[in-house]
Amino acid sequence: MPDQYRVAIVGSGPAGLSAAARAAALGMSHILLEKTDHLSDTIYKYQKGKHVMATPSNLVLRSDIDFDAGKREFILDTWDTQIADNKVNVRLNSEVTAISGETGSFQIELKDGETIQAEAVVMAIGTQGNPNKLRCPGADLPLIQYQLDDPGEYFDEHITVVGSGDAGIENALGLAADPAQRNVVTILNRRADFARAKAANVALLEEAEKDGRISVRRETSPAEVRENELVLETRDGQETIKCDRIIARTGSQPPRGFVEGCGIEFTGEDRGAFPKLSPSFETTQSGIHVIGALAGYPLIKHCMNQGYDVIEFLNGNQELKPADEPILADKFAALPGNRSVDEWLEIFRNNITILRELSPLQMRELMLDSDVAAFSAGEIIFVRNDPGSSMFAIAEGSVLVEVNPDDPSVTVPIEQGSIFGEVGLISGRRRGSTIRAAEPVVTLELTRNAALKLLATVPSANRAVNQITIERQLLQMFGAGLTSQDVAELVQSAETVEVRAGQNVIEEGGDDKDIYVIQQGSMIVEKSLGGKPIFLSYLPAGSYFGEMAVIDHSKRTATVKAAIKSEVVKFPGEAFTRLLDRNPKLRERAKADMASRRKVNSFVEERKESFSSAVDMYSETAKFLIDNGIGEATDVLLIDETLCVGCDNCEKACADSHEGLSRLDREAGRTYAHIHVPTSCRHCEHPHCMADCPPNAIKRGPDGEVFIDDTCIGCGNCQRNCPYGVIRMDPKPPKKPSLFSWLLFGAGPGPGEASYSWRKTTAEKRGLEQAKLAIKCDMCAGIEGGPACVRACPTGAAIRVAPEKFLTFTKLAEDVD
Amino acid sequence: MASTPRDSSKVDFAFAEKRRDTDHESFLSHARMRWLKVSSAICLIVIVSYFLVDVEPRHNGGSWYGYTLGTIGAGLIVWLSLLGIRKRNITDGRWSLKAWTSAHVYLGLALIVVGTMHTGFQLGWNVHTLAWALMMLVIVSGIYGISVYAALPRSLSTNRREMTRGQMIEALAAIDRQLEAAAQPLGRSESDAVIAALDQDVFKAGLLARLTGSYPRCATARALRAFPEGSLNKAEQKVASLLSRRKSQLSQIRRQMRYKALLQVWLYIHIPATIALIAALLAHVISVFYYW
Ligand SMILES: Cc1cc2nc3c(=O)[nH]c(=O)nc-3n(C[C@H](O)[C@H](O)[C@H](O)COP(=O)(O)OP(=O)(O)OC[C@H]3O[C@@H](n4cnc5c(N)ncnc54)[C@H](O)[C@@H]3O)c2cc1C
Ligand code: HEM
Repeated sequence: MPDQYRVAIVGSGPAGLSAAARAAALGMSHILLEKTDHLSDTIYKYQKGKHVMATPSNLVLRSDIDFDAGKREFILDTWDTQIADNKVNVRLNSEVTAISGETGSFQIELKDGETIQAEAVVMAIGTQGNPNKLRCPGADLPLIQYQLDDPGEYFDEHITVVGSGDAGIENALGLAADPAQRNVVTILNRRADFARAKAANVALLEEAEKDGRISVRRETSPAEVRENELVLETRDGQETIKCDRIIARTGSQPPRGFVEGCGIEFTGEDRGAFPKLSPSFETTQSGIHVIGALAGYPLIKHCMNQGYDVIEFLNGNQELKPADEPILADKFAALPGNRSVDEWLEIFRNNITILRELSPLQMRELMLDSDVAAFSAGEIIFVRNDPGSSMFAIAEGSVLVEVNPDDPSVTVPIEQGSIFGEVGLISGRRRGSTIRAAEPVVTLELTRNAALKLLATVPSANRAVNQITIERQLLQMFGAGLTSQDVAELVQSAETVEVRAGQNVIEEGGDDKDIYVIQQGSMIVEKSLGGKPIFLSYLPAGSYFGEMAVIDHSKRTATVKAAIKSEVVKFPGEAFTRLLDRNPKLRERAKADMASRRKVNSFVEERKESFSSAVDMYSETAKFLIDNGIGEATDVLLIDETLCVGCDNCEKACADSHEGLSRLDREAGRTYAHIHVPTSCRHCEHPHCMADCPPNAIKRGPDGEVFIDDTCIGCGNCQRNCPYGVIRMDPKPPKKPSLFSWLLFGAGPGPGEASYSWRKTTAEKRGLEQAKLAIKCDMCAGIEGGPACVRACPTGAAIRVAPEKFLTFTKLAEDVD
Repeated sequence: MASTPRDSSKVDFAFAEKRRDTDHESFLSHARMRWLKVSSAICLIVIVSYFLVDVEPRHNGGSWYGYTLGTIGAGLIVWLSLLGIRKRNITDGRWSLKAWTSAHVYLGLALIVVGTMHTGFQLGWNVHTLAWALMMLVIVSGIYGISVYAALPRSLSTNRREMTRGQMIEALAAIDRQLEAAAQPLGRSESDAVIAALDQDVFKAGLLARLTGSYPRCATARALRAFPEGSLNKAEQKVASLLSRRKSQLSQIRRQMRYKALLQVWLYIHIPATIALIAALLAHVISVFYYW
């Protein structure tokens, strides 16, 4: 072992492996340090037999080891052999605990006490982090494990799951699923409720508890682990239970703390932030490089390419063009002027205000997730009411906003360097106005994910976008007469406030005088009548509230609270009063709004007196719907169980119009007053499923639907992130024989989703690929006639609704019996 | 306390709304009873014309008037039968099965008038009357069908208590597992009763039991009788309470099966009788032309 390596590579995921293989190929002295006893732990932990995808398909792989789409086992085997063949110097069971020193001499401390010396460090530790360990005596006994690969492999055991999140609950349910395994399953929760888990999981757990399949111990934590025994700390003192195995799922510690401990700065505070990097992947701690998922590139191919690149840079190669060069060249080919990739990157960065602080590496990454386009003068860029959650920036030229829908000649300009379309991004709602090019224009369209990442990592961009958003939202909301000068005072004094679901923003009877605009999420308005809170109305993003008290100096007449986690912008009442004083027309409008709203309120109040139970029922139903996610939905399937005969034709139709798998579970889900919310996509304004999709495969389509495109890699993140359990993972089934050959000759499984066994055996017989992919409702996009579930319901029980239309008194009063 | 976004789209929203089909009304009142109106009009015209048109010597299927009604009736029967295909053939397009069912029900009822007036009330023991009788059988079963469609969904929904079929079965299996364990310390005869209850296949129920929901040979109910209140030790008490939980879980499942059976049983007459009707109709038409 040399005293000092040229480079130490920490982490043997695809990024680290590829870097080490490159170093070996160049004959650079190196060491690859891996925490676990095998290579590439993240991929090692994929589900058995998982089909690993090699997206993006247009990106060429640049690495000394091979990678192509295929089974997990095959890929791991290939890497093991190639790493051995390439004589890569690997040290397993070597968790790095600290890195100190500077370029030329780093000391890398390992958990086993050894220290490694290296001139440079490449960190490729991914984003999985370390599972939190139990904190009690006996926490290092071998009966504790932090992961459960296959719940089906344990029999006749007393198993205790520690942890009250989704992972713990899902593990416990899995272990108790098959009675034939005869496991005695216990789950411990430190708290009295399971607030951190999805409602659907909690319901299943409670169900299992009621049936005696799982013993749920609340307000209980492990006090001591012994061989085959676990001592519990309960509310009523200590208790010892039999225990052969402990599955600890108390979350994991993201690697950020460790990385910062090495002196590396991140781009920001929040969870989505990444280490600050130079074009050659160097961090703010010179000599330490970060690549792979930790650097913000969550796909295997990206990781491997970076591994190659970082070693080339370290080796002094300055000519190397990043592997994404051809993809970017392709993107820019559509633009006029015949400029090179680097020239275009500079134009975008210099001309667009919010991009000025980006590093060239960040620019490239942003570009990969974005689209560029050129428009000639007068060409339409997008049309009012188009759904769209992307944001545009103007790199060259300027555009015109048609502010009056009835008269396209009334326009407001937006100049070069500025942005537009941000409302769709922030509120998740449709485009507010049509935008067309004023002169030849080059635009950059940032996808939702790219834009959110940008805002999360570049504070100045975030501030700029926020200001513009508030100003434009005010102008749009209050009508065409106002100008930016009119609202400047309001914009200056605006304060963005985050509100938790259920939190009150204003309270009935209060005498505060601020007014609010909902930027994200939605609110419900309630009034206390006869001692009970009665639901008055639902306010989607883009509405304002609280102006009543400002206009007529009254106390708050109702409570407004968040239906879901929301963001509101707060303006001081006096500023609003001054605005009204200056603009009599606006005052009139505000008064008209107020009057119509009062009418609704007094209508409900009147009803409450004469038809008290009907109003209570309406109010309860509204609350039930909001509890079931309607508050963040844009389009949701409801089933009127007074009409549903249980024929399941909705599910069959869904399967038959989507390659043979149903995206809807009619029976599952909650019911109130015979209104049933089945397990089916709500097409949320800010879809949870989109949050963490490595290939960015989840998008919002032209009809407002949230859909998954064919770059899905089947990682299952979306399934885990969806709070409503509407995403399933399944391979695409084989094609069925036609309806008529079934009707006449009984060929095939018939209408609807074929049984699992038919799909499996037929696919095997036909030799079809069985990669599990995420599938969900796409609102039957592209199918003429609209959603098949509704069209195929024989009795009219299945309806699709938008919350702002359905959550009104008249609608609910006539629809709920 | 607020106003909703002013710019909320008129045109496109209307389009999205249409795609969604929010009109929340049952198949019976679909499109403000359009098909009831159409069907009533047909019946009225047929009845009035029946008395106005003078056919010698009396009304029968062979007159020009009879032929007209016969053709309309046969056409209707063919179209009504196509519902079975429409229901399963999920093609693109602006069709709605609700609209089809609505039209099906009301036009199907109109057939009583159209078909019967076609016969001129000349019924006898022949293939012609067989076709009529089968038609009436289909219609009567259909009337039963809509009456259960109207009455039972509510009970089905209430009985379900938000549980799926799978969850009900799973809940039963969980009780069974507990019962099995709890029955270990019991004496011979008591544990035999429990074993008998566990061994009985819940889903092997005859048609009658399914439709009435009464299960006189229920081994769980019998086992429960082996544990009379009052004289039980601790282990027996536990088993007894598990058995009564099993019984109430069973009743939920059985009620579910009963409602489902009542909602479906008529289709086992409606559909085969439709097929028989089409065969008889064919025979009827061929024989009429053959003996022309
Ligand atoms: C379920 C799932 C399915 C996926 N499917 C696909 C797919 O089909 N296609 C695709 O392209 N991407 C997929 N991804 C994403 C892909 O797996 C990751 O982006 C990729 O593995 C990241 O590679 P990496 O080298 O940056 O880090 P990782 O692969 O996470 O590797 C990090 C390594 O570092 C080690 N390590 C961590 N800390 C230390 C330390 N302190 N000292 C020493 N070693 C340490 C770890 O043990 C691990 O082996 C999937 C992800 C998941 C979770
Ligand atoms: C001669 C007349 C009729 C014929 C040939 C006929 C035929 C059919 C057929 C083939 C089906 C499809 C069943 C399936 O595939 O599931 C059906 C369904 C049905 N019919 Fe009829 N029918 C007739 C009259 C009626 C009448 C008079 C009524 C009601 C009063 C009626 C009510 C229904 C109903 C409610 C359905 C079920 C719809 C569904 O659940 O999808 N039918 N009929």
